[in-house]
Amino acid sequence: MKTLVFLEHNEGALQKDSLGVLSKAASLGGEVEAVLLGQGIEGLAAEAGKFGAGRVHVMDDVLLAAPLPQPRVDALETLVRESGFDTVLFAASVLSADVAAGLAARLDAGLNYDLTDLVVEGGELVGKRPALGDSVYVDAGWTSEPRLALVRSGTFEPSEIGGSTEVVTFESRLQDFSLAATMVEQAHEEAEGPSIEEADVIVAGGRGLGGPEGFAQVEELAKALGGAVAATRAVVDAGWYPYSAQVGQTGKTVSPKLYVAVGISGAIQHKVGMQSSALIVAINKDPNAPIFEYADFGVVGDLNEIVPKLTELVRQRKAA
Amino acid sequence: MKIAVCVKCVPDSSAQTRIDPETKRLDRSGEAALNPFDVNAVEEALRVREEAGETEVVVISLGPERALEPMRKALAMGADRLVLVADEAAAGSDLVATSRILAAVLERESPDLVLFGQQASDSDGAVLQAAVADRLQRPLISQVAELTREDRVVRGKRQTEYGYDVIEAPLPAVVAVSDAINEPRYPSLKGIMGAKSKPQETLSLGDLDVGSEEAGEAGSRTTVLALGAPPARGDTVKIEDDGSAPQKILEFLLEKKAV
Amino acid sequence: MRPSEFPPPFDAREFVAAPSDPEDERVEVGVLIVGAGPAGLACAIRLGQLLEGAPELAARLGDVPVAVLEKGKQPGSHLLSGAVVNPRSLRTLFNGRVRTSEMPFYGRVEHESVYFLTRRRAHRIPAPPTMRNHGNLVASLSQLGRWLAEQAEAGGATILPETAATRLLVSDARVRGVRTGDKGRGRGGEKLANFEPGSDVLARVTVLAEGTQGHLTGVALDRFGLHGESPQVWALGVKEVWRVQKPLDRVIHTLGWPLRAGAKYREFGGSFVYPMGDDLVTLGMVVGLDYRDVELSVHDLLQELKTHRLLRGLLEGGERVAWGAKTIPEGGFLSLPRRLHAPGLLICGDGAGLVNVPALKGIHYAVESGRLAAEAAFAALQPGETPWRPGVLARYDESLRKSFVWDDLRRVRNMRPAFGRGLVLGGAAAGAMTATRGAVPPGSSSLEPDADQELISAGGAASYPAADGVLTFDKLSSVFLSGNKTRDDAPNHIRVRADVPPELARLWEHMCPAQVYEAVEGGVEVTASNCVQCGAITAKGGRLTPPEGGSGPEYTLT
Repeated sequence: MKTLVFLEHNEGALQKDSLGVLSKAASLGGEVEAVLLGQGIEGLAAEAGKFGAGRVHVMDDVLLAAPLPQPRVDALETLVRESGFDTVLFAASVLSADVAAGLAARLDAGLNYDLTDLVVEGGELVGKRPALGDSVYVDAGWTSEPRLALVRSGTFEPSEIGGSTEVVTFESRLQDFSLAATMVEQAHEEAEGPSIEEADVIVAGGRGLGGPEGFAQVEELAKALGGAVAATRAVVDAGWYPYSAQVGQTGKTVSPKLYVAVGISGAIQHKVGMQSSALIVAINKDPNAPIFEYADFGVVGDLNEIVPKLTELVRQRKAA
Repeated sequence: MKIAVCVKCVPDSSAQTRIDPETKRLDRSGEAALNPFDVNAVEEALRVREEAGETEVVVISLGPERALEPMRKALAMGADRLVLVADEAAAGSDLVATSRILAAVLERESPDLVLFGQQASDSDGAVLQAAVADRLQRPLISQVAELTREDRVVRGKRQTEYGYDVIEAPLPAVVAVSDAINEPRYPSLKGIMGAKSKPQETLSLGDLDVGSEEAGEAGSRTTVLALGAPPARGDTVKIEDDGSAPQKILEFLLEKKAV
Repeated sequence: MRPSEFPPPFDAREFVAAPSDPEDERVEVGVLIVGAGPAGLACAIRLGQLLEGAPELAARLGDVPVAVLEKGKQPGSHLLSGAVVNPRSLRTLFNGRVRTSEMPFYGRVEHESVYFLTRRRAHRIPAPPTMRNHGNLVASLSQLGRWLAEQAEAGGATILPETAATRLLVSDARVRGVRTGDKGRGRGGEKLANFEPGSDVLARVTVLAEGTQGHLTGVALDRFGLHGESPQVWALGVKEVWRVQKPLDRVIHTLGWPLRAGAKYREFGGSFVYPMGDDLVTLGMVVGLDYRDVELSVHDLLQELKTHRLLRGLLEGGERVAWGAKTIPEGGFLSLPRRLHAPGLLICGDGAGLVNVPALKGIHYAVESGRLAAEAAFAALQPGETPWRPGVLARYDESLRKSFVWDDLRRVRNMRPAFGRGLVLGGAAAGAMTATRGAVPPGSSSLEPDADQELISAGGAASYPAADGVLTFDKLSSVFLSGNKTRDDAPNHIRVRADVPPELARLWEHMCPAQVYEAVEGGVEVTASNCVQCGAITAKGGRLTPPEGGSGPEYTLT
């Protein structure tokens, strides 16, 4: 297997999820290389070696400065054809989804997406993914090469394997239509923290908070964890928190790495909005609350005692 | 100006959706509705038309004949015409095959603006628009939460992991809209009743010069190998707080590398 | 305390108005049918047949000769019944063009059993003659409705789903049509960004086929003084559909447990269990809403019923795949309106109360009444006739009174009031009634409105099982399974007084199968978006009005 991993970067650092995919690729065996596209990014290439890339291909060009997908499709097409990769892996993001899909069309290559695992079975690469709201699991395969895959964000943790890496620069012609879209204003990290759709961590509050004032401690914990605040339908209905934060059947569906449910009973209308969170922690004083049936870590207790102390411990830990 | 909106009919989320264990494809025999994000796309097309004037809005889909019924909702909202590619040979098309077929229809229509809903509620890939844009060789702006147009340039404000980008592209272009972009209108009763008499075209693959080997499973490059039950979530831990709960939660989070 | 002491803020006059849309905005149709249920669709199908043979009349009725308004997402979304259907009316309706084997039925009833249940035992008792079902067919009314809608459309009807009829349009003492509901209003009634006002839909004849607790039916009965001698009373039915391991080979009805037999409880009802093909079973609990215990919950009685040995084994290894709830009018003959027509207006089906309580049948009456309404409307539209000339639609009432519908209902007219006196006494009375075809005991055990029943605290909830998520379930899970995903900021469509005493709030809290009501300090809190529009609240002191079109449950198998 000769695998290429698409590495993303933002504000001078390699993006963690794509490094996780790189580490995973290294564990699957075969030749594993990475590609880095952008401007002023050569310095990041050596980092990639630590996570399992035997070689890192770099195209450093002003035309790739903005995180736009279509010029990257051109660059990857050139690289894949010239180097003969049979597998190209992406950690899913707004950018990489467009890149992977554009590349699939360009190369007439199969793309499996939303994968939560990659394995080699019987000598073949197999992707695993949930379907139908997580009620069914699918083994997804490819019928040709190259094989393209988008891995759900947060699936693989980066692990430093060590080892040296060779950095190779390459060039590619970029098509006119690829350069037609231009970045007028690029995003910066929001001052208020991530939106709940993009957040890796969500702290959600329910009726157990007792009133709108209860959200103050939820916000503190979210801030300490670097996450966003969400709310159940019941408390939004009662006017304790805005509808934009509502998670559930009639609100948003989220799948963060960590979902902390504070004072939430966990009825199915809420569950369907967050059940694919990688980790669920629940705090509720009712031991029979349905949420305890599916929370990975459940605490029966007084949230007003637990949440502020937890916030303090998290802050201390992060400061250390 | 002509705006094409690509829509998909998905199983109604309330119906019991299941995967057919024989074909390993989604059992689409239940009730179908327009993918909710596509309704946002139709609404956005209508708004662009209201602002621009003299614009045709055509709704395009790949699906079975049954899809005509939900597609008429777009006509009831105000779209002018619909085109459905209904061909048995196209069943089971993956991204590569679907994008090829849609690109063929879009070439035929030659619209100034192609709109997509950001993703489909039944397969959640958010990938179709980029594949189609590449085949059409048109600029793409995805995940758009606010769309404006000035002459032949569209500008989209879109949400990423890092906040909002503003991206500009000249027409003809492909834009995928998020559900944050608008609140779709309810069709008026007159709209619903008038939908039936608006032009509705059904095409086969042959009408598009797409061979049956380029569509369906034959034209796909991915495959479903097996279906199974989801892996168990793992053991659930439930403790009663004796004062040490905050510490125990933190330990759990550290162990799972969530902090 | 009685619920009727706290009447809801509701006045029927609010829902009657003259047409107000300007000429170019009105929608005009030939015959307007409100409700895509068996009555409304039978009417549409029959009209299609009649108009096929009368093309000039069809042309004169305009672009839309027959329109059917349906407040659910699609026909079938709000349809729910057992059901075991007597196919005679459908045969008459289709007149040989379609055979029952082509209709979506789950099979003929070959065997049936009736049981009297106690907590631990099931005593087989002979089926009362009124309940014999041999030759009848098992159906999902929701599926049957969808199929009937397809037939109606094939016959030329225009079906308009997601459209609620909120006002009766009346001017010059005749019914002109209906006004449809607004869409896009917020919780407080304010107009949201996508606000779309309703429309006046004008028709030459309006047919109300709204089903149980029909909104405009109630309004029309008030407006035109059509109420019968006795008030209407209702039962609440809550049902589930299960995928099962072993097929069920018979239709089962039960009486007794978990309902309590003493007269003071007034717990009249029972359960049904019907096979739907080889791998599905439907079961439901039906209880009269004249019950008195504040804690009674039909939803939870059904959960309790499932723990009985008789049912537990049937459901073992199975999976609940559907759930729903709906009221059934139970007053029968005594509660029928004194007339089912007014100038420009006809009333059919469950909305009129055409249900045979002892036989648990109403669908074939709905179909027959719809068919007869179509014929009366057709006659009233002939050249030289006007549908609003007083008495011209009386032909409908006449034909209904000559039909088997009337005979059946008259024969069992005293059954329900008899059961008001407790199971044992009532059972004997019902037996006598059946044997003498309604003559004994003599009539006028008149019915009291359900909301007039004095409430008692009788601890019914003590025996309800906790939800285990496998056999028994909580209300929110049930609401989820009904497919209800009504938007949370929709206006509240339920009229109740907010400041009711705790006893009444608790009554509603337990009564409602969808957990809409919650007893809180100072009264009751309403989560209207949970509502599956069963209609129970109207029987017990509140008033259900139609919510935004398209909201509510999305039944497919009920």
